[in-house]
Amino acid sequence: MDQNLATLFYLVASVCFILALRGLSHPETSRAGNRYGIAGMVIAILTTLALLPEVNILLIGAGIVLGGAIGTFIALRIQMTALPQLVAAFHSLVGLAAVFVAAAAFYNPAAYGIGVPGDIKLASLIEMSIGTVVGAITFTGSVVAFAKLQALVSGRPVVFTGQHWLNLGLGLITVALVAWLTTSESAVAFWLIVAISLALGVLIIIPIGGADMPVVISMLNSYSGWAACGIGFTLHNNLLIIAGALVGSSGAILSYIMCKGMNRSFFSVILGGFGGEGAGPGADMGERTYHQGSAEDAAFIMSNANKVIIVPGYGMAVAQAQHALREMADLLKEKGVEVKYAIHPVAGRMPGHMNVLLAEANVPYDEVFEMDEINPEFAEADVAFVIGANDVTNPAAKTDKSSPIYGMPVLDVEKARQVLVVKRSMATGYAGVDNPLFYMDHTMMLLSDAKKMCENIVRALKES
Amino acid sequence: MANQALVEKAESLARDAQALAAGLQDLAREAQQAVAQAGPGADEGVLVMGLTVFVLAVFVGYHVVWRVTPALHSPLMSVTNAISSVIIVGALIAAGTGEFGFSEFMGFLAITLASVNIFGGFIVTQRMLSMFKRKQK
Repeated sequence: MDQNLATLFYLVASVCFILALRGLSHPETSRAGNRYGIAGMVIAILTTLALLPEVNILLIGAGIVLGGAIGTFIALRIQMTALPQLVAAFHSLVGLAAVFVAAAAFYNPAAYGIGVPGDIKLASLIEMSIGTVVGAITFTGSVVAFAKLQALVSGRPVVFTGQHWLNLGLGLITVALVAWLTTSESAVAFWLIVAISLALGVLIIIPIGGADMPVVISMLNSYSGWAACGIGFTLHNNLLIIAGALVGSSGAILSYIMCKGMNRSFFSVILGGFGGEGAGPGADMGERTYHQGSAEDAAFIMSNANKVIIVPGYGMAVAQAQHALREMADLLKEKGVEVKYAIHPVAGRMPGHMNVLLAEANVPYDEVFEMDEINPEFAEADVAFVIGANDVTNPAAKTDKSSPIYGMPVLDVEKARQVLVVKRSMATGYAGVDNPLFYMDHTMMLLSDAKKMCENIVRALKES
Repeated sequence: MANQALVEKAESLARDAQALAAGLQDLAREAQQAVAQAGPGADEGVLVMGLTVFVLAVFVGYHVVWRVTPALHSPLMSVTNAISSVIIVGALIAAGTGEFGFSEFMGFLAITLASVNIFGGFIVTQRMLSMFKRKQK
């Protein structure tokens, strides 16, 4: 195939990728968007195959079939609650693939037209190093994130003295190694860069606690894009640069949104250490009383309400209560109650996770609202039904300057006439912060497993 | 006698040819190096072109991604994950030289990993998106 024609096809593929992201601006257009993405990928692969001097169909076919089969199998089997782990695992593969491509380019630069072994262009060596470093960090970083999310290791932040200095030192050594690589083109330098970057990936992610995982996943999403970009520069391939830049900026924006949702600065997340051993309880706790209620009480209150706003949190997903919850909402709607769902930006363990879980339970997306849309409506709601959410409803974030989560945007649930809180126990949330909402006069605690409580409320609603 | 002379001649001819071939090989290598180093200007042009594309793509990405509805942030993540696997393009080039050595093996591994991501990423995105339904009237 002519090189110019190929460039045109790559341009078409790039446009397809942009349209894929564009489609996600609305659920109606999103499915078409995904098809654009697939089309872009097919065009990119076929064009590249047509450009190859010799298509080693056995080798290439084996890779695609093997990888495709594994990917398809996993994607069809995965539970939606395990989505964050899956995405972390997928990120790690992109990172590792970037390292492999960089290694291939280092040992056979002629195939990419960037020189001959031992005499690779300077710019290409630097670009190659960037791709390798970012790729390797993405790989091990994502593996650690996966292990934390899958609870293979503790979600607690791992911190030790001199940690940041160690990271800084390793970073500087990497820069020195890149300088060595560009002057000597030594294979030792290349593999040392790989090794140190792999170590850096682990060290960067271990101090970050479980509560900050939504930021970490978004960040690694971003990294995987920048790794693709680095490889794109190495290979002088605009398609890779464009796709990588799209993914990189997407991940960066999501990280920003997640940080804002938690009122954390990006740097404090990166430096880590948050969400470990409860950040010291609020000032004067004392013995405070709270009102406890039963499923029957909840059913009675809600069936007599005009408007109920449901606030689901990750606890609901852990208890797999979404289907029972939706059944409860359906019964309420049959009784003429207006039901809406309110979602905090950091509900769940990755951006938009809660929306997917509700959609899976057949909750129509036009009943689900983002925090800014729904917050003014709590004042006119009869009941706020908080299930498996804690910190994101904490009014102390608005009033108590001494609270560790002060300044974090929260859902104004306490403005509803009556607040029902489904919770396993009176323990503190992820951030280890006490929630005054639970002790308010118009709050009723429903202490139980979320799923069991929803099922009991459903039963009570049916009986009444 | 004539035969022996002929053999000697043929042998020397073969030697000459061999030397010539070696010379040609050297020449080819030199040419390759020359092409590789051809004018620093051309090199910088490629880099600047790449940077132009990069910066513009970041802007496009920035504006497109801010328009994505927050409800679809999870699908956004899985689809971008699939898209970043376009890195398979580099892997295909590595594996498609017609030989089989270290680079080709690296290419093969990268093709496999990227394929897991491409298939897995797009399929899981499709699964998620098919769940988002409007209220039945």
